[in-house]
Amino acid sequence: MGKGILVFAEQEEGKVRKVTFEILSEAKKIADKKGEQLCAVCLGKDIAGLGDKFAPYGADKVYLVDHETLGQYTSDAYAKALTDLIIKEQPSIVLFGATINGKDLSAKVAARVSAGLASDCTEMKLDDSGNFCVRRPIYAGKVLADVGFQNTDIIMASIRPNVLIASEPDTSKTAEIESIIPEISADNIKVKVLEVVKASAGKVDLTEAEIIVSGGRGMKGPENYKMLDELAEVIGATVGASRAAVDAGWKDISDQVGQTGKVVSPNLYIACGISGAIQHYAGMGTSKVIVAINKDEEAPIFSKCDYGVVDDLFRIIPPLTEELKKMMAD
Amino acid sequence: MNSIVCLKQVPDTEALIRVKSDGSEVVLDNVKFIINPYDEFGIEEALLQKEKSGSGSVTLVCLGPQRCVESIRTGLAMGADKAVHLDDSAFEGSDALSTAKSLAAQIKSMEYDIIFCGRQAIDDDQAQVGVALAEYLNLPHAALVTKVEVADDKKSITVNRQIVGGEEIIEMPVPCVITAQKGLNEPRYASLPGIMKAKKKELKPVKVADIGLDANEVGATGSKTISLNYSSPPARTAAKIIGGESPEEKAKNLAKALREEAKAI
Ligand SMILES: Cc1cc2nc3c(=O)[nH]c(=O)nc-3n(C[C@H](O)[C@H](O)[C@H](O)COP(=O)(O)OP(=O)(O)OC[C@H]3O[C@@H](n4cnc5c(N)ncnc54)[C@H](O)[C@@H]3O)c2cc1C
Ligand SMILES: Nc1ncnc2c1ncn2[C@@H]1O[C@H](COP(=O)(O)O)[C@@H](O)[C@H]1O
Repeated sequence: MGKGILVFAEQEEGKVRKVTFEILSEAKKIADKKGEQLCAVCLGKDIAGLGDKFAPYGADKVYLVDHETLGQYTSDAYAKALTDLIIKEQPSIVLFGATINGKDLSAKVAARVSAGLASDCTEMKLDDSGNFCVRRPIYAGKVLADVGFQNTDIIMASIRPNVLIASEPDTSKTAEIESIIPEISADNIKVKVLEVVKASAGKVDLTEAEIIVSGGRGMKGPENYKMLDELAEVIGATVGASRAAVDAGWKDISDQVGQTGKVVSPNLYIACGISGAIQHYAGMGTSKVIVAINKDEEAPIFSKCDYGVVDDLFRIIPPLTEELKKMMAD
Repeated sequence: MNSIVCLKQVPDTEALIRVKSDGSEVVLDNVKFIINPYDEFGIEEALLQKEKSGSGSVTLVCLGPQRCVESIRTGLAMGADKAVHLDDSAFEGSDALSTAKSLAAQIKSMEYDIIFCGRQAIDDDQAQVGVALAEYLNLPHAALVTKVEVADDKKSITVNRQIVGGEEIIEMPVPCVITAQKGLNEPRYASLPGIMKAKKKELKPVKVADIGLDANEVGATGSKTISLNYSSPPARTAAKIIGGESPEEKAKNLAKALREEAKAI
């Protein structure tokens, strides 16, 4: 019998990733049903200040694992610290955000502790017999697979950001906090981080963005993305691109949405001058609301979006930005 | 440099994929199969590194049914020297971690400096095998790699890898595992002489017993995740087209719909 659900609380530079709260909120319901504890584990350097961030979303207990070597993510150090905690506490379920680090860490730790692992899930629940199961898109979202677990004491899953809904934080709740100094030595860490290059500090990553404005080949050239930047600025969006735009060298590879780019799931996705190829849709099909602006009424994107504007994007985006600016000011 | 490239065969990205009406399986009849696109980056990089160092070999390792032979031959035609095909009905139904375990059992007796995997297979989309393979072989790894530089003494490598909001440059000792991300290189096409040469290369199926594993350690029985049911995602209905006499009016109507109807802004 396992001892509770453990959620890997991902933070960067002292800021907790939103997906952590989304997972905690949903996991709380499952923990209650199972009559088990919900725990959050946060790894980092000088993170004592994060102790009270998780109880408002349902955590009963918080482990703060603080160490020099955890200031920056490395698979080696993080896996060592997390594995030690899992072996000691024997949780029945361990959950991660399906972020770059979450997917990396979950695969390494699952292999190390012989857990079953399902990646990039969009739903999790207890079935009628009380067994934990998940739903995950496969074949780039063309199929949904319901997945269960067998022959394992520890179940692991990573959950796609922006899919589960974080509950309203209840700040009157508190959690037991346990500070842990992990045993990590130099020979646990085989990789050395030489340099970190951040594209643009402070910008919300595509995978976490609530609103995305994306531009494709219809943007005609790199200079025109300024128009999208302005629209994004007004509504607090992050700018993405199709592969055609990336291949043309107009945008960076890290901006590419789709099967060979990033999988995103924002509340609102505005596709500008994007035809809606299956490989593009694979990366944004689970967005809650999809808008397409395209001058070709036959463009495939119009058969799989919520709102469409059939017109020249160069004539639509400037007045749209103005309209939204007015609206946001209200 | 001696490299191993883990190659998975997957349905073409354009393939129409259906679910059997009782949800019991995914129907892959008449589907065209290709090398997982990320694994092509791995093959290309292994070939580039071999060319750069002037010596060494590139070996493909693929786990999957008989049909994979075609993709393996394509990889050989690109220039890989040899291939190992783990082909045994016992592997059927292996989940990602079980696949990684089998690949590790095969690879542990081989000689290599770098193992290349794709960042994820575009069929199961797990993004687990490369990382787990490194763990089973007790090797360091770097995921989502967009650049590889081998040190002069060939004892370590420096790689650029994608992270949230940017990239990082890390150094690690050889041997190690890399998972390839788009941007690493532009995979070459198979040449005609390459295709002819690849046809002649020997390929014999490697069975579970050959890699020292028991049949019930692999496949569906040896896996810790099981597929319970498959379904098609709910179809999005055709768009509501926003009308208007002028672009300005359409823009206005769209903004209004987004705020008042979709409540998305
Ligand atoms: C293995 C593989 C993986 C792939 N992975 C990805 C991926 O990850 N992401 C991805 O995006 N693609 C991917 N693709 C490519 C995909 O198939 C398409 O080629 C690509 O998405 C097309 O990009 P696009 O829509 O910007 O360009 P196009 O298909 O050229 O469409 C441009 C659109 O802009 C419209 N347009 C032009 N001018 C204007 C204007 N003035 N105003 C309004 N509309 C205008 C046109 O009507 C057209 O619909 C992949 C392909 C393969 C084979
Ligand atoms: N059956 C397989 N045979 C060989 N390599 C595989 C297999 N499955 C996965 N891989 C490798 O692992 C990578 C990631 O796969 P996955 O974890 O399934 O998304 C792939 O890009 C391949 O390089």
